[in-house]
Amino acid sequence: MTMSDLPPGLVLIIGAFILPIVGQRLRPILTLGLPLLTLYLVWSLPNGTFSTVPMLDYNLAFIQSDSLSRLFATVFSIMTFGGSLFALKQKRVLELASVFVYAGSAIGVVFAGDLISLFIFWEIMAVASTLVVLSAGGKRSYQISMRYFLIHVFGGTLLLIGILSHIVDTGSTAFTAMAPNTFGTIFILMGFLINAAAPPLSAWLSDAYPEASFSGAVFLSAFTTKAAVYVLLRGFPGSEVLIFIGVFMIFYGIIYALLENDMRRILAYSIVNQVGFMVTGVGIGTEMALNGVAAHAFTHIIYKGLLLMSAGSVLYMTGRRKCTDLGGLFQSMPLTAICSIIGALSISSFPLTSGFISKSMISQAAADESLTLVWFMLMAASAGVFLHAGIKFPWFVFFQKDSGLRPSDPPWSMRLAMILFASICIGLGVWPEYLYAMLPYEVTYVPYTVTHVVQMLQLLLFSGFAFFIMLPLMKRTLTITLDFDWTYRRFFALLLRRMFTIIWKIDGALRQAFLSKLDSGLSYLARRNVGASSLLSRDHPAGSMVIWVTVLLAIYLLMSFIG
Amino acid sequence: MNDQEKHWLVREKTIRLLWRGGIAMLFLLVMADFFIHAHPYFQIDGTFGFFSWFALVTCISMVLFAKALGLLLKRKDTYYDNE
Repeated sequence: MTMSDLPPGLVLIIGAFILPIVGQRLRPILTLGLPLLTLYLVWSLPNGTFSTVPMLDYNLAFIQSDSLSRLFATVFSIMTFGGSLFALKQKRVLELASVFVYAGSAIGVVFAGDLISLFIFWEIMAVASTLVVLSAGGKRSYQISMRYFLIHVFGGTLLLIGILSHIVDTGSTAFTAMAPNTFGTIFILMGFLINAAAPPLSAWLSDAYPEASFSGAVFLSAFTTKAAVYVLLRGFPGSEVLIFIGVFMIFYGIIYALLENDMRRILAYSIVNQVGFMVTGVGIGTEMALNGVAAHAFTHIIYKGLLLMSAGSVLYMTGRRKCTDLGGLFQSMPLTAICSIIGALSISSFPLTSGFISKSMISQAAADESLTLVWFMLMAASAGVFLHAGIKFPWFVFFQKDSGLRPSDPPWSMRLAMILFASICIGLGVWPEYLYAMLPYEVTYVPYTVTHVVQMLQLLLFSGFAFFIMLPLMKRTLTITLDFDWTYRRFFALLLRRMFTIIWKIDGALRQAFLSKLDSGLSYLARRNVGASSLLSRDHPAGSMVIWVTVLLAIYLLMSFIG
Repeated sequence: MNDQEKHWLVREKTIRLLWRGGIAMLFLLVMADFFIHAHPYFQIDGTFGFFSWFALVTCISMVLFAKALGLLLKRKDTYYDNE
């Protein structure tokens, strides 16, 4: 077995089982070293297909390496490294081990060369991410992780149905570009979309991610949805339906984030928003759009990780998560505030940050394809991102009002992780050519023109202006906003409860009727037998007893004569 | 708390200054439209100050839409607590 036969994700998955048994001193070395080793393996893989294993009639290809899979595996490894650095203070080993399996299987998905090995890693990812949610501990996490798991098992089942039917149709397990026009491919697409948090089953994301631990949410934000973006990129480029789904996700994310009070749920809705941009780009499907999607997935993982790290730091230091409880923290947590602002500017595509050089490729692609309405919506959404995440998140957490809280910046490992990711956000924004060189197609796009910078600044700063003049309307309240999960958490629950109430009532009435019929039947029999000496009577006169004894004795006497 | 005891960034004087500076910056940005070569993809996006008013109008409508949806779908954050 050579190095290129070892799937890079396997390093993390095997590592996950070693982590719990090594001592306190070795563990941090492994948690930081293994992601770096993975990154090295990812980069030492030449293009091509390796590590094939025969299974039944098919060959499983665990590694199919090209520029697209390398790009995603790279950012997944960087994320695992940065997240592990941030999580050094996390004492729950279960979370750490689950995270390593989770990250390893996500890397497994992006290297999977056929549909069967894709499905295997897809399901490992579902189980491991559930454990990350579960490891936060407590009854609440248990309930949430079970809801999360059910949705992903459902998505996995759709995917499996699709894959099997596709294999029957085509006779091949190869994972290549498809169009959603057969039974199998439609089911595959639905399975992918559930992990991308597409409607209607999108509420699992905002339900589960904010309930993970301060460090768990950082990892969760990166892998599931972006692995889904990867498989959509590879499997369904140019499928027009994705444009509609993506645009819906973009605005859903903005509107729900605007209404939200929990700081990490704001960020969770904004993940759906950002993945919406990517799904739209996949739907547009030109080389420019697909490059844009790949680049945006890369930058998004870093700045969203950074934003969740800053939120995690606030949670770690204060134990609070609601905007109504927070505010004014910039005074005592300056570094966290600055890193959060850098992440917020990046998500908003501010010039000189990573979002600027990636997201604008997607809107450029819409313009190139003369998709008028889509382009105007993407522009409105870019302004909306600044509104709901770019300003709202840092403003309500770090400024707003003086909550009286004076927590200090978090421990050094967490600070270092935030500084690292903030530097990557700026670095990618200033020197985009390094990211562009990694993209699947050649890049001719030039992000920094005077016109583009001025227009983007106008868009963003006027969005900021709108935020501050609308501030009285944005006042945070102690509320949540009902989402589609209401249907299965309340509506169906209520419906079933009602249904069972009715069933039990009918059942009760039937039993009652049967019992009373039985009762009257028995009492009829009893009434018929109430007189003395009838067949079932309770009372028999002593005289009849004497007669019967006499009869018996007479028979006995008679028998003795015969004998 | 006395205004002088507050962090310099949240003193009323600073906030006033930030508002003025911010509005001056917005004005300059709109004026910058005179000097750049807009190359519109459609038509309206090449008009003067398009990105400014478009952002303002769409953001205000998004906030108002969210507000309206909130009236319908907002619940106390203890809504699901008895599960």
